[in-house]
Amino acid sequence: MTKAGRLRMTGYAAVQLPLAVLALVLFIVDVVAAVLAVIVIGIPILMVSVPATRWLVNQHRRMAGHVLGSPVPAPYRTLEGGSRIERLRVAAADPLSWRDLGWLLVALPLALTASLVVLILFVPVVTGFFWWFGVGPIMAARSRVDRWFLTFGTTERLEQRVEVLTETRNQSLDHSSAELRRIERDLHDGAQARIAGLGMTLGMAAELVERDPAAARRMLTEARQTSSAALGDLRDVVHGIHPPVLADRGLKAAIQALALDLAVPVEVTGEAPPGLAPPVESAAYFTVAECLANIAKHAGATRAWVELANAPGLLRVVVGDDGRGGADPTSGTGMRGVAQRLAAFDGTMRVSSPAGGPTLVTLEVPCDSSSPRTTPSSGTA
Amino acid sequence: MRLVLAEDHALLRDGLIRILEAHAHEVVAAVEHADQLDEALADRSVEGAVLDVRLPPTHTDEGLRAAVAVRSRRPGFPVMVLSQYVERIYARELLASGEGGIGYLLKDRVGDVGEFVDALGRVATGGTVLDPHVVSAVMARQAPVERLTAREREVLALMAEGRSNAAIAAALFVTEKAVGKHTNNIFTKLDLPLAPDDNRRVLAVIAWLGV
Repeated sequence: MTKAGRLRMTGYAAVQLPLAVLALVLFIVDVVAAVLAVIVIGIPILMVSVPATRWLVNQHRRMAGHVLGSPVPAPYRTLEGGSRIERLRVAAADPLSWRDLGWLLVALPLALTASLVVLILFVPVVTGFFWWFGVGPIMAARSRVDRWFLTFGTTERLEQRVEVLTETRNQSLDHSSAELRRIERDLHDGAQARIAGLGMTLGMAAELVERDPAAARRMLTEARQTSSAALGDLRDVVHGIHPPVLADRGLKAAIQALALDLAVPVEVTGEAPPGLAPPVESAAYFTVAECLANIAKHAGATRAWVELANAPGLLRVVVGDDGRGGADPTSGTGMRGVAQRLAAFDGTMRVSSPAGGPTLVTLEVPCDSSSPRTTPSSGTA
Repeated sequence: MRLVLAEDHALLRDGLIRILEAHAHEVVAAVEHADQLDEALADRSVEGAVLDVRLPPTHTDEGLRAAVAVRSRRPGFPVMVLSQYVERIYARELLASGEGGIGYLLKDRVGDVGEFVDALGRVATGGTVLDPHVVSAVMARQAPVERLTAREREVLALMAEGRSNAAIAAALFVTEKAVGKHTNNIFTKLDLPLAPDDNRRVLAVIAWLGV
């Protein structure tokens, strides 16, 4: 982030004066509406005033970032999805919202004074000397106060990070133990049972081979069919753990292979970042697989598309369809499962699905594309 | 036929050698590594190959790539590709590597020795053989297939797997004449161009199904 020059800083000071008036108004509206929310009529006011407050505060974050030469982040809790009431509830529970409010009240008069001093030094030409040397330190001081209020300190950020990590760790442990149980059950009811049956059939055939060769032959044929079925079961299990095409060819080809099997035509465009870590690749694959399965089942779409994007340090995949929309990402266990899997890599999933469509699912996973491609878990085919 | 065999599992390699040699094929080289495979395929006296998809060193799709590579050097060189799983995306690549002389089957099919040897024979004479697994997946998503009767659908699936009228007749326990009637109906109902020979007919069906 480039540092603002003296004139630019003075410009900020000039903008901050009228914004201060707006801030005062918003503070009053927010507080009054919050009180009125008890008797419901405050809620629609808050639906407007809360986003407006955030906009105003974000302008100040941006200016403070430019003055200090490093961005002032706005780590709000994510508001994606959910009804408007739900979003309001998330905003109310967000500690950063309360900091914003605190900033409106306390920091504003102080900061306002700073901006005013800069302008007073700038406007009459005789004070130019003081302006030249004063504008930097004064605006920096005001911006530091802004920053202190408007973003979390290191300790708070770490606390929040620990909270997130604990939660996602628990989720991924739950998820993987559920997966292991599912695999165990699939093997037990499928391949294992069939191979046991196979052994019995072969044993019977061995006993019959001299007494009744025709019956023995029938049993051998049956045994061969059972072995085929057992292999089919194992193939399904393997596919559910790690699809072979993903191991062989990477994310894009694996998605193309999925797309080929879907009844709806799917266009796959873009490229995944090279050298994705296998667990990230796998999480992204299963998320896309879940989305495509949902499109086939529920969307009533005539076409779908998957866009892979290769932003620096970020894998972004957008899955879209032209179906009827109205998809609720929180309703299915499948979507919840893949979202948890993504969360373990700090990945996010957003669903936009207005009634009438189109439905767009955007998943983003930070990745450093440095880890090398490894060979698949099973050595042979 | 003088064959090259690539399979990295000793047990399966031995089994395949036994089956192939019992059916009048000569296995001139049985290799377990992609590097040895390239050497073996460089021998111009070799008439065909049976390749596993996954081979060392990377255990991904070496066998498939070797199949496509050798067929670009020697167009129409018969290759039977075997795998523990079949994927349409790979079937496409193999079909795109030149007309005829290509087979793509699940390894389990080898268990039905008669069928497997028969399929290999068809590949050796320039035929196209596709695994029923691939065929049933594509049939499921072709809506016009519903215009066919159940029996015609069975015949269509067997055609797409690369079987001749005689083989279809044997599989369905009907006469060849009956199969001929079904195939005519299928071609009319699906608006397919009539093909002069068996392999062209198979390719027309595969193209129509959009494998």
